[in-house]
This record gives sequence, C-alpha cells and structure tokens, in this order.
Amino acid sequence: MRNIWVIAEKEYKNFFISPIAYVVSFAVLLILGIIFYANVLAASIQQYAPSIQIVIGPLVTLLLFTIPAITMKSLAEEQKNGTLEILLTAPVRDWEVVVGKWLGGVLFILTLLLVTWFFPIVLNQIVQPGIDQGLMLASYIGLFLISSCFLAIGVMTSSFFSNQIAAFFACLGILLIFWMLGLPAQAAGATAGGDLLRYLDLSEHFYPTFFRGVIEVKDIVYYTSVTALALFLGSVSVEARRWR
Amino acid sequence: MIRVFGLTKDYGSRRAISDLTFNAGKGEILGFLGPNGAGKTTTMRILTGYMPPTSGKVTIGGYDVIDDSLAVRRIVGYLPETVPLYSDMTVYEYLKFMADIRNVKNSRQRIYETLELVQLADRSKGYIGKLSKGMRQRVGLAQALLHQPDVLILDEPTIGLDPKQVVKFRELIRSIGKDRTVLLSSHILPEVQQVCDRVLIINKGKIVTEDTPEQLQARLTGAQRVNVRVRGDINDLLPQLEKITGVINITPEADDRFEFESIPGQDLRPQVARMIVNAGYDLLELRPVNLSLEDIFLQLTRDEAEVPSNLSTEEPVEVAAEN
Repeated sequence: MRNIWVIAEKEYKNFFISPIAYVVSFAVLLILGIIFYANVLAASIQQYAPSIQIVIGPLVTLLLFTIPAITMKSLAEEQKNGTLEILLTAPVRDWEVVVGKWLGGVLFILTLLLVTWFFPIVLNQIVQPGIDQGLMLASYIGLFLISSCFLAIGVMTSSFFSNQIAAFFACLGILLIFWMLGLPAQAAGATAGGDLLRYLDLSEHFYPTFFRGVIEVKDIVYYTSVTALALFLGSVSVEARRWR
Repeated sequence: MIRVFGLTKDYGSRRAISDLTFNAGKGEILGFLGPNGAGKTTTMRILTGYMPPTSGKVTIGGYDVIDDSLAVRRIVGYLPETVPLYSDMTVYEYLKFMADIRNVKNSRQRIYETLELVQLADRSKGYIGKLSKGMRQRVGLAQALLHQPDVLILDEPTIGLDPKQVVKFRELIRSIGKDRTVLLSSHILPEVQQVCDRVLIINKGKIVTEDTPEQLQARLTGAQRVNVRVRGDINDLLPQLEKITGVINITPEADDRFEFESIPGQDLRPQVARMIVNAGYDLLELRPVNLSLEDIFLQLTRDEAEVPSNLSTEEPVEVAAEN
C-alpha cells in the first residue's frame, strides 16, 4: 500500500509540474462555463429553472475526451525514457506501479471535479428554491466512478505503447466504442445479444441512473469491476514487457 | 554475493547470452568487459530482476532473482545504461521519490550524504532536464547508492563523465567496493584495468576468459618482449643476437631499433645488453613491452571471430571488437 501511495503521490505532483494539468483543467472549465452560461441564459428567457444536468451532461462528455490525454503518458513515457527499468527493478510489484499510476490520475480528476463544483454552487444561488441536492450528489458519485473507470482503461492502454500519441488514440478509441455499444444494442432489440451489449455499454450505467439521481448497486459493481479488470490487464501487460 | 549458473537468454530466435557461469564475492569489484552487443546489458538486466532468463539460475545475497525478486531488488543498486531520470523533476525531488520507493529511513539526510558523495550537493534544487550529461550520470549513480545496497550493478557508468570526474568516480567505486560487491560493465579497458579486482571478458554472449587484470596480462603475454635502441646500424648486430639462446622473434623496427622476445620465464636483458656493448655499440634504450589489456582484449575477441573464417580464406576477416 505504501508503494502505491508513493507512486500515486509522484504522479499527482507531476500533473502540476507539467503543463498538462493546467491545459486540461482550463479547457474543461472554459467549455463547461460557456455551455453553462448559454443554458442559464436560455432558461431565463424561457422562464424555467435549469437542473444540474446542464453541468453534468457536458462534463461526462468532456471527461471522455480529456482522460485519455491525462493517462496517455503514465506508462508510455516511462517506457520511452527508460525510467520503467528503474521502477521495475525497485522493490515494487508490477501491479503496484499500475495501481499507483491510476490512483494518481484519480486524485487529479477528484481535484478537477472539486473545482467544477463551482457551477452547482452558482446554480444553487440563482434558481428558486435551489437545486436538487440528491441529484447533484448522485451525479457526482457517478462522475467519480465513471472517471476512475476511464482512468483505469487509460493506464492500461498506456502500458501497451511507448508512444504517447498512440496511447491517447487507442484509449479514446476503446472508450468511444464502449460508450456507444448502445447503438448496435438498439438494432439488436430485446434479444440476449442486445441485452449483453447494453450491459457492457459504459454510458448505459450512467444516464438512466446516476444522471437521474438514482444510485444502484449494479452500476457501482459494473464500474468497479471494469476498473479492476483494466488495472489487472495493465499489470499483465507490464509484466509481459519483461519477457520480451 | 552474486552466483550465476548456466545463464541463458534468447530474444526470439537470437541467443543473447549463452550458458554464463560466474561468481562475485563480498568486497569484490568485478569488471564485465566486452564489445557492444556482447550481452553485458542483458546479463545485468537479468541480475537486477528486470527480466527473467530463458534458463539458468541466479542468486544474489542468497535470494533467487525470480523466486525472491523483491528481496533481491532491495539489496541491489542499479544504474542502467540509459540513465533513468525524470527530466521535469529537480534532483532532490527525484532522489526523494527513489528513496521513498525504496523505503529509505532518514531520507533527507541520506539524500544529501549521497549528493555529497557524487559531488552534486550544490545542484539539489536544479531541474534534471537542465543538467549536463555528466551530471545526469552522477544523479543516476546517486539513485543507485541511496539505499546503501550490498550489491551495486553499474552498466557503462563512466559514459559522459569528464576525465577528472572519471578519476573521482574510480576512487568512489574502489571505496564502495571495499565492503560490498560491485559489478561494472564497460568497453573501456583502462577503466576496468584500474578499478576491478577481477575481469570477465564476454563476447557474443559467452565468457571468453576470467582473471585478475594482472594475471590476464601475464598469462596472455607469455613470452616477454623487449624493445632495444642502439647507436649505429643494427644490421650487423642482429646475427650476433640470434646466437644468444632463448632469443626468438627478432623484428627490426627502424635503422637503430629492434624488438626481440625471450622464451617464457627467462629474462635475457643482461645478456643482450652485454652483447651489444661488447660488439662496440652504445646501448640507448632497453624497454620491456607489455601487452596492454586492450591488445589482449582485441586478440581474444578477434580469435573468436576468426574461427569460422579460417575455413574459407578468401572471406575478409570480420573484426568483432568495435573499440
């Protein structure tokens, strides 16, 4: 556990040493701010109270695109610079390296999510009688779970490559495929195959539940198991590097 | 401390090292010498637990590198060939991370001690990306020394150091080597000659020979060569020289200079000197020629390469050594 924490801490600090943290946060907050402003304006003209979904909806989509950028260098860069050699000859297990990298990313996303809390607070001030706090809490729990899941997939793909750009697009590809599994599922209809695709769809466990203020155990189980599976595959991939 | 038995590693169909067997004891500095691509780095990577061997057994400090990998890694300090540094961290931050990951107690004090040792104490707050190559090399060395390892494995450690630093570095290695085990690879021969207690010459994945630098020199030189310079024309002198028993292989080098070899175990210099003076020449110089480790190395690695080319003499002889 200590080793994981040491690696996570270094990873977290590194986000702030490199410009990535600032660029990503700035982009996310700027786009979120524009969408927020436009929605609030539209709502005030049409005389209705906007819900917190005007923040959460775009935020999920933004995370889908920014998390590959956050994780792309995690293991790919270590491989390229040869620093992986020193991590793998330090008294640390392979999975501890992978989990440490992931945890560093989780801490960073947690920081970013904390900053986006600004929007619900503002919204709470301007709508009467304030926003639905339960919906907000459920949405944020969902956001946290889905981000850690994305991050695990990102760290996993980063372990496959020694090129950051390749790691970025591979991760984005995997995320988009699993994000849109619902489309072929619709075509398949109510068959067993359709149900399976719907179950595997990353978004199917967010929009119908967390996004509407519902917390269900099956969704928590789904996201944590995908996270665990991705981290496991990442560890296997790091270990496989030794054999090459 | 280090016991290697029958170590073999294949990369796909290419055999990088083949059946290496050697030991290194406590307080010993073992030099690992060979041309590029001889398998030095591969061997070191296996020893540090970075990659598993195809077959063979390695124990360090009594722990098996595969079964007790973590225990081995705790007592080994390793400086890879490409110095593993995070260029956007400061020297202190980097060493702090390495100390934490190795669970070093009193890390702050230990980091400054180590920086003092590698003479980088004034650069602790500098960014690694802005350091010169020699300084980076020393940061890498500091990283390997931080946890005071029992076994130190250094892959080409003096690359990028300037001559003055190389001297300092040798002193450092010698002082560390007094009570620990150091395995050091190099393709620079004088370095190995000066620092190591024992040299292991490896070529094409096989151990060619293993001995102390002095023994190696003595063993391979065999007959002693002497270089002689006189005043006058040596052509009249050489027939007389041939009469001295034990003198072989006389080779004239210039009008006034020649070399001869004496059969092993005999020092013929007094007889030769007397003969020259009696013949009416002035003896200006009488100097024994030692084959340097460099010559021995070239000889050993070339011999290996020449074996197949003997079969067809038309083929050009491939020189294995790059240095």
